[in-house]
Amino acid sequence: MRRETIFEVPMRHPITLLGLVTLCLLPTMLPATEYEAARQAMIDEITADVRQTSKYLQRESLNPGVLRVMGEIPRHRFVPKTSRNHAYENRPLPIGHGQTISQPYIVAIMTDLLDPQPDDRALEIGTGSGYQAAVLSRLVSQVYSMEIIEPLGDEAKGRLRRLAYDNIEVRIADGYFGWETEAPFDIIIVTAAASHIPPPLVKQLKPGGRMIIPVGSRFMTQQLLLVSKDEQEQLRVRQILPVRFVPLTGKH
Amino acid sequence: MSSRPPYLSLALLSASALGYEILLMRLFSIIQWHHFAYLVIALALLGYGFSGTLLWRFEDRLVHHYRQSYSVALLLFSLTALVAFLLAQAIDFNIEELLWNPRQIPRLMLLFLLLSLPFLFAAGAICMTFMAYPEEQTSSIYAVDLLGAGAGSLAIIGLMYLLLPERILVLLSLVGLLATGLAARELQLPKTRLLQACLGLIALALLGIGPQIKLSYSPYKGLAQTLQIKGSQIVETRSSPLGYLSIVANQEVPLRHAPGLSLIADILPPPQLGLFSDADNLSAITAYPDSPQALGYLDWTTAALPYHLQRPQKLLVIGSGAGSDLLLARYHAVDSIDALELNPQVVALVNERFADYAGPVYRHPGTRLHIAEARDFLSHTDKHYMLIQMALIDAAGASASGLYALNESYLYTSEAMALYLSHLTPDGYLSITRWIKLPPRDTLKLFATALLTLRKMGVSQPELHLVLIRSWQTGTLLIKKSPFSEQELDAVTRFSEDRFFDLAYTPRLTEKQSNRYNQLAEPDFYTATQAMATGDIEAFFDRYKFNIRPASDDRPYFHHFFKWSVFLEALQLRGQGGMPLIEWGYVILLVTLAVTLLIGALLILLPLALSVTSREAKAGAIDPWRVVLYFFCIGLAFLFIEIAFIQRFLRFLHHPIYAITISLTAFLVFAGLGSHSCRELSRRWGELAVAKIAIAGIALLSMLYLLFLGWIFTTLGNLPLGVKLLLSIVLISPLAFLMGLPFPLALTAVKRDAALLIPWAWGVNGYASVISASLATLIAIHFGFTSLILAAVAIYLMALWMFPRQRLPAIRPSRSQTAWHPTHGSDKETDSSVSRRGGQPRLDQRAIV
Repeated sequence: MRRETIFEVPMRHPITLLGLVTLCLLPTMLPATEYEAARQAMIDEITADVRQTSKYLQRESLNPGVLRVMGEIPRHRFVPKTSRNHAYENRPLPIGHGQTISQPYIVAIMTDLLDPQPDDRALEIGTGSGYQAAVLSRLVSQVYSMEIIEPLGDEAKGRLRRLAYDNIEVRIADGYFGWETEAPFDIIIVTAAASHIPPPLVKQLKPGGRMIIPVGSRFMTQQLLLVSKDEQEQLRVRQILPVRFVPLTGKH
Repeated sequence: MSSRPPYLSLALLSASALGYEILLMRLFSIIQWHHFAYLVIALALLGYGFSGTLLWRFEDRLVHHYRQSYSVALLLFSLTALVAFLLAQAIDFNIEELLWNPRQIPRLMLLFLLLSLPFLFAAGAICMTFMAYPEEQTSSIYAVDLLGAGAGSLAIIGLMYLLLPERILVLLSLVGLLATGLAARELQLPKTRLLQACLGLIALALLGIGPQIKLSYSPYKGLAQTLQIKGSQIVETRSSPLGYLSIVANQEVPLRHAPGLSLIADILPPPQLGLFSDADNLSAITAYPDSPQALGYLDWTTAALPYHLQRPQKLLVIGSGAGSDLLLARYHAVDSIDALELNPQVVALVNERFADYAGPVYRHPGTRLHIAEARDFLSHTDKHYMLIQMALIDAAGASASGLYALNESYLYTSEAMALYLSHLTPDGYLSITRWIKLPPRDTLKLFATALLTLRKMGVSQPELHLVLIRSWQTGTLLIKKSPFSEQELDAVTRFSEDRFFDLAYTPRLTEKQSNRYNQLAEPDFYTATQAMATGDIEAFFDRYKFNIRPASDDRPYFHHFFKWSVFLEALQLRGQGGMPLIEWGYVILLVTLAVTLLIGALLILLPLALSVTSREAKAGAIDPWRVVLYFFCIGLAFLFIEIAFIQRFLRFLHHPIYAITISLTAFLVFAGLGSHSCRELSRRWGELAVAKIAIAGIALLSMLYLLFLGWIFTTLGNLPLGVKLLLSIVLISPLAFLMGLPFPLALTAVKRDAALLIPWAWGVNGYASVISASLATLIAIHFGFTSLILAAVAIYLMALWMFPRQRLPAIRPSRSQTAWHPTHGSDKETDSSVSRRGGQPRLDQRAIV
């Protein structure tokens, strides 16, 4: 009866069992220094990736401020406990409710394209884990963030309070009409999927302001839409493929 | 033990197993995505082939206690059919994470193992019946099996119109229990009454929990995402083989669905209800406003372009669905509209269930609704339209990630385009709106299709007949039979500038004008369309990194954009934003093929191969490799022909459900009849001679059909649907009848001369039929359905060459005596005449709707 023997192994050897349990728990109990090392590795990876993609982003390199901030923010505190050991991998992670925390590479590019300034006031539609708001909050004066999924919004609110991000205000509401009492904004970031860009949000963009919208599925960002409004209130949209790729080879 | 095989329970089992396969496809398309369903079910079907391996290994125990084993297998089929699905939908598997997260792989394996169980039990029960009964009954068992499957395919489609799929799941389980009860009676099991009482109790329990069974959607599907929003609730659900429809209402946070809406639109959508198809693919039922002015938001989408060139008097809307194209027409006060919608349930929701809300969308004077497929409708009418409108008829998400690559679409082929154009007035427009993909793919393929179709129609300067505009999100292509005038082009420019849309192609466009509002790093749309319009289009197809060569009726894969070079490049760039460049549909197809090949080889071929090298096998009168190759070949070829001809008949019957159901059923039933007559025929002429005639017949009929079906379909295309369905059955019947012969003929020969090799026939054939479905799609994508038929004919001829003949004509056991069989002693009551016979591969995933 081979099958029984296999199941009995851990019972007969409690030490083996203990070892297995410890192994399972280990990844969620990494010491703080390990997270720091992982975070630094992530920053190095993003820096290298962006350098290769810079031509396509029309940017030489990332704003050092963005990378500095991402190197400080404890991303592992923004993901579910079970996936903490993956927090610094360069990939999107599920955070429940059908939502994700974006891939760090995309967060870095989006934040950089928004060109955040210390006096800026930013509006975020779709708080999610709160990570993007946290990154922005260290680069601008105030972040207003709206989340339509109640439990997700409550969680993010608590998390941001615990981590002392005092210049972020989270409101659980529909973001289609923006945050009228605080409008206009220098920066708007729309991470919640929508069938179109809500025109009311475009109106809440200050002259000289930038708005960014990642387009695609939760796990694959197809393009980044950068809407900018100049001082004469003229709009300009850039459709950015966050990848170094040209569809045509050879001469045109 | 009764000498009569349990025909009734067997027929019920065959019917439910085929029904279950089709149902699973539907269920997984709802809770996950279609391509995922394709992958999982292909894997699960390996259970069929694996049953052969198990029966070969445990033949002693299982076949000796046939009556018990058979009944238990039926019971297990019945229970696992329900339980396996419920467990499978609880597994947290997300196909989009597959490349990000290796943890998804064991979950996928678990899914496959779970879902292969019901198929394993069903196939095992059928196979052991072949083994337990004397040879004289094999043909009738086989006929019952195939006829049962044929009835199952008809019944499941009918049921899908009547019941929600989650209810059908319980029903199939109940049918399984009924079959078990019948089996107990047919096989005169001891304590039948008690057993039946137990089954009755299980059935009651199932009836009790049945209504509580809910589908659990992937949290990343559109419906699941919408339901996360406070106040969202499903207010109505309808289901048919054409789709699972859910209506979502939200009083607190209203839905605002207006894809492609200009970001400077000053009119916003009125209140809406969300209409989801298969828990995704959102469209909106819009509250009918008091004044048509409130519909003005629709005029801020790219699809509104043709209305600004000329007001169309006569309009045809293809895929009118929840009605937004009709509302746009209403906004522009169009007098005469023909609206085509394939799914009557969508119309019933708009017209009846939510009539007060949706208003007279379809009932407006001058609007005529046709429940019809576009090409069918157009081939029956000689009407001409000033505008033919086809807007966003597939889902944004699926379109963007290339998930439709495996779907045949006859709406976007060169032949379809020619048909649409032939129904335009001399200065009318064909307007097609699609989601924009970046880098551009489908809009360019459409552009190329239009260009080449116009050229084929004898237009000398087709580049003057095209206009393409785009927003960041949607693109609209206008095709005109006559060249666009300067005034029209002025209107195009005005329309686009006012709405922040870009001109992607007009005959007079310059590069600078082309990339103004929604700026790409390079003016890709302009460069590509110019290169195609003015340069060597073939060279451009080769140079472009995605496949944008037009689709044809023979290769109807409009959504196939895959090229190997870009796949490898995208994989390298996956951490740097390269993932969306991957065309997933095609990748899934390759993965399906590779994994089924590999797992099948491990579970089916390897154990069998170990036996073939054994001394007994080598000593048999037939070379084992002949058996392997023969049954592999006919397994492949059967499905190749079935799949290819189902596609041909789809072009004749048009309606996907009717066409697939009727051709699939006809193939199953007539193949069953063919195999039923096999014993009589081979007694008269011998197996090899009949096989020669059958395969020659298959080859001849296939070639004749290749040559003349097109002509028959064109000539008789106008007949009423009922007559066409009948004609299709008549045309399929002789081919299917002949295709039912090669399997039982060869099996008889093997059984007589080398009975040890019979499990091979079963296993290898099951294996071939699983991989043939994906292989057929692969061949059709690259070479077309004509080539698929030619390949099938070649494989059939090769099979004939491999027909399991004796090595030497010298020694031949007498016919009356069954060949020696190492695992059966003479003490077994039924084993003196054990016969094994496999089923024809009758499982066509591609035929599933």
